[in-house]
Amino acid sequence: MKLRHDLVQIASWIESGVRILDLGCGDGTLLAHLRDSQRCTGYGIEIDDASVLACARADVSVVQADLESGLRMFADGMFDTVVLSQTLQAMHNVESVLREMVRVGRRGIVSFPNFGHWSHAIALLRGRMPVTPDIPYQWYDTPNIHLCTPKDFELLAARLGLRITDRALLARGQPVTWLEDLRATVAVYRFEKR
Amino acid sequence: MTRSAPEPAGSVGEVRPCDRHFSAPLTLASGAQLAGYDLRYETYGTLNADRSNAVLICHALNASHHVAGTYAGQPRSTGWWDNMVGPGKPIDTRRFFVIGVNNPGSCFGSTGPMSVNPQTGRPYGASFPVVTVEDWVNVQARLCDALGIERLAAAVGGSLGGMQALSWAIQYPQRIAHCVAIATTPRLSAQNIAFNDVARTAIRSDPDFHGGDYYAHGVVPRRGLSVARMIGHITYLSGDDMTERFGRSLRTADYAFGYGAEFEVESYLRYQGDKFSEYFDANTYLLITRALDYFDPARGCEGDLVRALQPATARFLLVSFATDWRFAPARTREIVAALIANGREVSYAEIDAPHGHDAFLLDDARYHSLVAAYFDRIHVRLGGTGAPAGGAEEPR
Repeated sequence: MKLRHDLVQIASWIESGVRILDLGCGDGTLLAHLRDSQRCTGYGIEIDDASVLACARADVSVVQADLESGLRMFADGMFDTVVLSQTLQAMHNVESVLREMVRVGRRGIVSFPNFGHWSHAIALLRGRMPVTPDIPYQWYDTPNIHLCTPKDFELLAARLGLRITDRALLARGQPVTWLEDLRATVAVYRFEKR
Repeated sequence: MTRSAPEPAGSVGEVRPCDRHFSAPLTLASGAQLAGYDLRYETYGTLNADRSNAVLICHALNASHHVAGTYAGQPRSTGWWDNMVGPGKPIDTRRFFVIGVNNPGSCFGSTGPMSVNPQTGRPYGASFPVVTVEDWVNVQARLCDALGIERLAAAVGGSLGGMQALSWAIQYPQRIAHCVAIATTPRLSAQNIAFNDVARTAIRSDPDFHGGDYYAHGVVPRRGLSVARMIGHITYLSGDDMTERFGRSLRTADYAFGYGAEFEVESYLRYQGDKFSEYFDANTYLLITRALDYFDPARGCEGDLVRALQPATARFLLVSFATDWRFAPARTREIVAALIANGREVSYAEIDAPHGHDAFLLDDARYHSLVAAYFDRIHVRLGGTGAPAGGAEEPR
């Protein structure tokens, strides 16, 4: 199966054979990929019934739980890497989930749509909320309540005492090298506790 | 099992129980000994050549070895988990050799308080030793020995049955590949024990109880047993479920200003209690509720469930139901957390079903699809080809 672009980037930052926690793991695609190609073990957390079933079918260990109620179930430092892909922007409590990620894991990786993409500015200049392939929701019907730009995320990470070790700003799966804050559609960060 | 008639679709068809005598004495957790005992059990499906596809179904309080299918000439004798076990069902008998066994102390054919004590020639009655979940698992392991099964593909159970599945993983880690524990708990709460004590007190204060030796008096503490069942039954249902089913509906046109079964819910509970007291044994009720009370694998580890589960090496599937207040999802989450702390492979689903504790016995597409998917993976691990062979994907 073809991996989503941000998941390809995430997988490239994960070493072989380590323990992973994937928050909001969906159908378990990333965990199955990491298991099959990198011998990683771990668990997914997912709230949606259909996704939990899909994980079971993919033979991915999944725990049905609401991320908003925290990661109390997990002890400190249990995982090498904790992943939160395309979910941060839909979380109520962004700060606490980021803190929890580096509590239960040595490192955290997040990916999120870049709200600072130039096309969004155009949409706003035209008087409309942006609707794009990466943020495909109408304003009145969106799970995304905490959209941000790369710079926004970096400021928050600094405030929370997170040290960003790697950053990838992607458009169509390729790294963007100039005007990346405006041209990237997806941002991926790896970080650890300072 | 021998089948005489072609079975209806999805059913294992006509089944017959088997009996086996075990003469080696069994030392129980209490220190007491059972000199010998009989086990009644049923099997469905076929044990494969390398004897690796056996699935043990552990029963809860009032169920038995009769998990699936029907008895000849008794069309209403369908097994208690027939919606889960059968050809094309989540636990597919075309793939797995499924074993149901009546636990000792119960009253459906295995040695229990109603059985004659060979040493006295009279029913055990009150003298039947208190048995624990661990004792039952030891007995079940002996049955597996007798059937030539070294390692179970899975032990499965709901409620008290889930405790047995869990205990299998702790007591016989090398003999169980998968543990499927549903609507269960690592220990009863004070509230749970309190309900059990009220039930037992109802039985023991019935004048027909005779200290547990009512068999000799030719009576049964029917009223006490009936009240015990009524109390239990309330705890199996959710409050919302009861409201939906009965509300405040009256069976009479208006209040009768008496104490008869005026409300629908009273009539229902009394009927359930009466029905139960006709087929269940009061001493068995005492024994089994005590086994529930005593189950606490962390007790020997200063309450540390993580340590208690350390020996367990099986893969786990745990399922709880959102409206189950008897064994609430939070209790199952404790088990999940302890297994994760031990680095075990575990999946956990919390099914948002409205039916309380009873949900584990009922049809629910999400629940059954998940168990089907899990057993599909077990089948693949045993060397089978994946993707259910029709019908098992979305049971409705």
